[in-house]
Amino acid sequence: MTSRQPTLKLKSQQLNTLINVIKQRGYTPVGPVVREGSLIYDRLNSADELPRGWTDEQDAATFRLKRRSDNAYFGYNVGQHSWKQFLFLPKVKLFTSIKKGKTFEVIPNSPHEIVQNYAFIGVRPCDLQAIKVQDLVFNNGQFTDPLYKTIRKKNFIAVVNCTQAGGTCFCVSMSSGPRAYRGFDLAMTEVLSGDDHFFTVEVGSKSGAEVMSEIPHDIADQTQIETADKLVERAARQMGRSMDVKDIKEILYANLENKSWDDVANRCLTCANCVMVCPTCFCSTVEDITDVTGEHAERWRRWDSCFTMDFAKVFGGNFRPSSKGRYRQWMTHKLATWIDQFGTSGCVGCGRCITWCPVRIDITEEMRTIRSGAR
Amino acid sequence: MNSEVCIDPMIPLPARIQRVVWETDDTFTLLVEPKSENGKRFQFSPGQFNMLYAFGIGESAISISSDPLKQNAIAHTIHRLGFVTSELSRLRRGNFIGLRGPFGNGWPVDRVKGMDICIVAGGIGIAPLRPVLYSIFHNRKEYGRIFLLYGARTPLDLLYRVELEQWSKLSDINVLVTVDHSDSSWKGHIGVVTNLFSYITLNTLHTIAMVCGPEIMMKFTIRELQQRGIPLEQIYLSLERNMKCGIGLCGHCQFGPKFVCKDGPVFAYTQVSHFFEKREI
Amino acid sequence: MRTRDLTEILRHHPFISDLSDHYLQTLLSCVTNVRFKEGSYLFREGEEAGSFYLIRTGRVALEIHAGERGTIRVQTISPGEVLGWSWLISPYRWQFDACAVGDVRAFAFDGKCLRTKCETDHDFGYEMLRRFSHILEQHLKATRLQLLDVYKRQ
Repeated sequence: MTSRQPTLKLKSQQLNTLINVIKQRGYTPVGPVVREGSLIYDRLNSADELPRGWTDEQDAATFRLKRRSDNAYFGYNVGQHSWKQFLFLPKVKLFTSIKKGKTFEVIPNSPHEIVQNYAFIGVRPCDLQAIKVQDLVFNNGQFTDPLYKTIRKKNFIAVVNCTQAGGTCFCVSMSSGPRAYRGFDLAMTEVLSGDDHFFTVEVGSKSGAEVMSEIPHDIADQTQIETADKLVERAARQMGRSMDVKDIKEILYANLENKSWDDVANRCLTCANCVMVCPTCFCSTVEDITDVTGEHAERWRRWDSCFTMDFAKVFGGNFRPSSKGRYRQWMTHKLATWIDQFGTSGCVGCGRCITWCPVRIDITEEMRTIRSGAR
Repeated sequence: MNSEVCIDPMIPLPARIQRVVWETDDTFTLLVEPKSENGKRFQFSPGQFNMLYAFGIGESAISISSDPLKQNAIAHTIHRLGFVTSELSRLRRGNFIGLRGPFGNGWPVDRVKGMDICIVAGGIGIAPLRPVLYSIFHNRKEYGRIFLLYGARTPLDLLYRVELEQWSKLSDINVLVTVDHSDSSWKGHIGVVTNLFSYITLNTLHTIAMVCGPEIMMKFTIRELQQRGIPLEQIYLSLERNMKCGIGLCGHCQFGPKFVCKDGPVFAYTQVSHFFEKREI
Repeated sequence: MRTRDLTEILRHHPFISDLSDHYLQTLLSCVTNVRFKEGSYLFREGEEAGSFYLIRTGRVALEIHAGERGTIRVQTISPGEVLGWSWLISPYRWQFDACAVGDVRAFAFDGKCLRTKCETDHDFGYEMLRRFSHILEQHLKATRLQLLDVYKRQ
């Protein structure tokens, strides 16, 4: 579909129309906003709420918002949040259970009461890849997470391709950016040249086409398309980090006892920041609660992390008691076992785990160390 | 209610406790009657497990230990250790538990017809293997020689004592039981379960080994089998891991690239050998 | 029992079945046929380890006296198995009590006699050591697994 549709051109002034049309079509728009000095994803009422004129400076354990010299709407990379918080809810009730004599009734929590029709505005290609990765996780061939599936079914995605790369970005290494090719409703590239400020828009779905039909737009000409392409190509050359993925699974499988795991374990605080910011990490746990009468019980599911002490604990023993075992599990899962499980890497090169690690552990560096001392 | 929600495998269904059998002073068997959903009877394969829910407390993954042909009394042999299993231990006939399942794959009972079967169980590891024995007895002629090597800590820790007694009287199964230590009242074998291999002769190319017990016990057993010439691809084992969902979504039970809950809990040894030899997988 | 019968019976014992006739004759020169009634002791801890046994029928339990915990049986030796290696290693003292569980019939091989044969014929000595090393290795592995107490209650 994408290849047959011409590339469109949307004037920057029409961005707000896009948001309005999306709202009129019953979606709740969500996009990047600045809150308390940080970049997060939240509900959007208008394009004015976008972090226009802001950019981000990212490095290991560093995130700063800075003013840009221009008025770009999407002149930054990714914030600490990812879209997974809207698709794979951090905390959700699974069921309510009510005692009835010797038995009890279980009342499932209907997804339809929780689910919003989210329209994501400004999804970066790496994050789009992360959504595709989680699509595979939550539909593993045998079982499907009905809640995730319901939310995704009603989900509208407007990608914004990257025209600049951040200090911790390595999507080029992971083949997940800086341009998105499929899996979106719309994919836009923001162009600022002189007084001209517009988006080239590729339409990726019927919903995307319907939305665009309600907004004044032009067909992009060849120069405009080439200008946009050059900006994306520039971003590809700016990657702050890189990771060699050749034979990565085989190397990690062969190096489960590599001594560098001891070194990273000495630095790792097992704080689970990397898991919380990672757009693909999917582990969860359940919590059972009762009210004071003991007649009314609930089960909640919430995000969990393989870094927590009792993640692999059974009564009778803990299979992963050391931080070395837990860091190795996280990184080996992300970069190697994931490939066997889902046919794709669990890493999309967004760099969040590097930016938000309080002790500057850098997955690209750790991988380089393993590779250089590989057996 | 949306139909999608009703079939959600995360939702337990109430199941009535038919009977509670105390096997030892801390291990008991719950026989439950699963509610049939839309006339669909509860069916399972030997080696599969259920998630048992103690109202308001939580869930525990428990192997099914009964005869697969008995669909109205599903047995779960449970070691009382944590909050959930302690709560389950307080329930009586007529009480209800929540049940989700059956989950996981099973032992390759159908695929190994014609072979000798050597079952090696340690401790409560005999529970997921008992349905294998029932299945074999239903089709006894389709298998070669059957060995059951079972080790427990002391004679008081032996599970299914009545059945062990009955089986050991049968001529078409060789039952060998040992305990790690005992006082003089026990007249059987004393020593670890791997010692029992000294008393049998395995037809190496014709034997399938099914092993379940604590991981260290399985490691020693696999080495012993290997030393006795059993090819590694003829060895199957059942793994235990922390499980929250049972359906490969929560991530807890990962063992290298495998999800123990949906890819296992039974694995051919060669599927997992690379990771089985490493620590903290 | 006549020597020829003894040779036949020994021939079928797994410990000896593949031994050359020459070495079998050497062993036979040190053997006696022994019986123990149920509950009787083949030997006691600390006594001189004068022999080793090939168990033919019955079972022998090795016991340790563990103070207040009483007597604990840690291993049984069944027909087809070898009991005792202390005859081979100085100071030639038994480490356990060995109690007959059921009536036991066994061959007892005189330790001093065998040690002398091992000294004079090193090839024979090597053959004995090779066989006993295997038994020791089996026992060592089993003891390690037992020490781990894998079924221990939490």
